[in-house]
Amino acid sequence: MNKRSKRKLLVVMVVFGVAVATVLSLTALQENLQYFYSPTEVKAGEAPDSREFRIGGLVVAGSVERATEGLLVSFDLTDNAKIITVEYSGILPDLFREGQGIIALGAMNGSGTFVANEVLAKHDENYMPPEVAAALKAAEHK
Amino acid sequence: MQRFSSPKHFFEMSAKLIPWFAVSALLLGVYGFYMGLFVAPTDYQQGESYRIIFVHVPAAWMSLFIYVVMAISAAIGLIWQIRLADTIAAASAPIGAWFTFLALVTGSLWGKPMWGTYWVWDARLTSELILLFLYFGYMALQSAIEDQRTADKASGLLAIVGVVNIPIIHYSVEWWNTLHQGATVAKFDKPSMHIDMLIPLLVLAVAAKLFYATMVLVRARNEVLYRDRNRRWVRELIEKL
Repeated sequence: MNKRSKRKLLVVMVVFGVAVATVLSLTALQENLQYFYSPTEVKAGEAPDSREFRIGGLVVAGSVERATEGLLVSFDLTDNAKIITVEYSGILPDLFREGQGIIALGAMNGSGTFVANEVLAKHDENYMPPEVAAALKAAEHK
Repeated sequence: MQRFSSPKHFFEMSAKLIPWFAVSALLLGVYGFYMGLFVAPTDYQQGESYRIIFVHVPAAWMSLFIYVVMAISAAIGLIWQIRLADTIAAASAPIGAWFTFLALVTGSLWGKPMWGTYWVWDARLTSELILLFLYFGYMALQSAIEDQRTADKASGLLAIVGVVNIPIIHYSVEWWNTLHQGATVAKFDKPSMHIDMLIPLLVLAVAAKLFYATMVLVRARNEVLYRDRNRRWVRELIEKL
């Protein structure tokens, strides 16, 4: 084997070795790399119960209830399988609305409600003019 | 190949190429920004704020693209010992770092009004930040090691190893739950974007590539002169001035 192919082999082996090491460590860290848990995962007990975690899902239409006084708001969060009720006291991001994907940081209380101390809005990867969005929605309802 | 990769030949060729790249980058850039910022329709969900996409997404694509170019050049330099390849890699690093920085900053400014936060440690944002540190690491190794060949070897190896981060950045939004949404354009599916928004975005992506081509040639020319400062062809060049 000449010098050049030795160097080639070395480079390939380094990349391969690092790639394997990365895959192994990412697999090991899988849980920590999840930014949020879905309601189904929370119901299945996969979310940590001793510390704060994030829950992500869609705000169920018609479930948003605001307190008559103060900033307290409660709403249901779904992944289209399971539903979890979230309580939050604070200012909601602009994109927060019914049907919107959101992520809340907090913990479960004893009675199965998620008490959030931060709510972030998640937007989807679709970009279109409002007229197109309205047309799509109209077509969906037909 | 020998002649093509000689620094002297590169120095002469690049002088002819730079104006073409520069002018087409400028024309496409002006057209793309005009179409994107003034002509493209507003978004149904994000209103006018989404227009930062026309800076953010080309910058983010470039941050990955330049890294791959840098790593391939470094590998060519390492395996076939072509000095020009190492020069291209070294010239690319600061440009890539700037694009990464731009992607992170515009993403952060976009995140505040839309998500409600400037920064979260989700897989996409974190892996992109690691990319910035990889660029910094490469540049630090380049300037910390006195001997040019050793510097190229060490930094080149870092660049090659760092390539594993590229697929992680791209697929982070699929492999893990992230606050960052999934891919709009770069996927094996119809782009999830209205055509009037997509065209300016793609035009700007091409403009960014041409801008990079211009900048990397300008930088590599300087780098070639510096590296060959004691060689005869550079001395002759200086004497002619």
